[in-house]
Amino acid sequence: MALELYLDLYSQPCRSVYMFAKKNNINFDFKKISLFGGEQYGEEFGKINMIRKAPAMRDGEFCLAESIAIMTYLAEKFQTPDHWYPADLQKRARVNEYLAWQHTAVRMHGSKVFWLRVLIPKLLGEEVPKDKMAAALEDLDGSLKLIEEKFLQDRPFIAGNEISLADVVAIVEIMQPVGSGLDVFESRPKLSAWKDRVQAALGPELFDEAHQIILNAREMADNMDINTLQAFKPKLLRLFL
Amino acid sequence: MCVRDRGRSLSSINMCERQRSLFAIMTLELFLDLHSQPCRAVYIFAKKANIPFEFKKVDLASGQQYGEEFGKLSIVRKVPVLRDGDFILTESIAILMYLAEKFATPDHWYPVALQQRARVNEYLSWQHKAIRENGSKIFWFRAMVPLLTGAPVGQERMDSAMEDLTSALAVFEQKFLQQRCFITGKDISLADLVAIVELMQPVGTGLDVFEGRPSLSAWRDRVKKEIGASLFDEAHQVIMNVHMLPQVFEDNGMLELMKPQLKKLFN
Repeated sequence: MALELYLDLYSQPCRSVYMFAKKNNINFDFKKISLFGGEQYGEEFGKINMIRKAPAMRDGEFCLAESIAIMTYLAEKFQTPDHWYPADLQKRARVNEYLAWQHTAVRMHGSKVFWLRVLIPKLLGEEVPKDKMAAALEDLDGSLKLIEEKFLQDRPFIAGNEISLADVVAIVEIMQPVGSGLDVFESRPKLSAWKDRVQAALGPELFDEAHQIILNAREMADNMDINTLQAFKPKLLRLFL
Repeated sequence: MCVRDRGRSLSSINMCERQRSLFAIMTLELFLDLHSQPCRAVYIFAKKANIPFEFKKVDLASGQQYGEEFGKLSIVRKVPVLRDGDFILTESIAILMYLAEKFATPDHWYPVALQQRARVNEYLSWQHKAIRENGSKIFWFRAMVPLLTGAPVGQERMDSAMEDLTSALAVFEQKFLQQRCFITGKDISLADLVAIVELMQPVGTGLDVFEGRPSLSAWRDRVKKEIGASLFDEAHQVIMNVHMLPQVFEDNGMLELMKPQLKKLFN
């Protein structure tokens, strides 16, 4: 049985896993899961991941959640080139440092901006108060600044001269607000140059393929059934507003 | 320092003054405030694994992390921070993994076996936005917000935060622990350590998250035993005395500084 990856490319961590696996020619079964369709709440998926989130991996009898755990597992199992998750103590620490920091920084802030700009107004029919939007953008700005000033500095990539898991995880999160129509790279030449390098290292075709869904997010939201998220409305409003 | 002395404990090395001062420069530094959960994890691990380090106390309540000195160490302005010679590292998870690797700590802390390691990584990743976030929130709602706003947190918001923590605890028990002694199985790992320090945060405010959860309590007892009760209690002493904290904040004029940040963090 081939390795299975349960993915919805709307989701940033799914995109990292997808691009990493594809780039490294890891053979896997793409099991599409529709988050907006609520498929993560189904019985079958519950057996794979009771946390009910994507991505999830099933390798034979072994099920694993959390994109970072999945990618480091794949890197080790398939002996991917060292630069993805370097064996060198300090380089690896740099990658781990970014992977840990990003959960409650750029991931959180980028997601919030995406929800506030695209989904909350369209699907929940709620106006986003100006001060909330401003605060969310300010937080995102702070995170992007730290990426430039601490995690990148004068290096081509986060860990040094070559792309690693850190850059992959970073780019997918930054692309989320981009999907909402916010060009975060404009007026950030350093970040923009890094993005070009990451895209080149991953391969523009793979990068575009992975990001097609999120870059069409606004259009998709327009065509989405407004009832889709109604059940989650109170929780989502609490989360983001 | 004599090469043959490497690997022996500090007290057993016969060093002259010059060697001693050289060693001090070369010793790893850990910048910690034990009010902080991730600092406790790093502290407990370093102590338990007999890793020599210099404890550099950071006083978060006085805003030391916002000062110029600290800014030279880390512009993220958070704790813990590790300094190993020229190498500076933030993020407790990265620090724990670095220490485990550098000091070749017993395998069970961060197992080499693929699936075991994946289980640790899975927990360490999930916990940021689950146990850590919700445990911290309860801590702030119960201990700090009433001080800042002069009123208790609204019942609805408190209930909602409690609901989130309860859900996270349910996932912890049903997925990460199940029938196992520890998260990876029969031995303690970094995952258990990171979990326990986060769960102790709400406990510091008088909310016993273990009460009514026998499985979780039993796990807590096992973790405490593995760490050693003395070390565990030592690491948790400040958080268990957190009722002192509001006065400390007020004395240091930190309240005004903290208000807008807290507002954003905890909505």
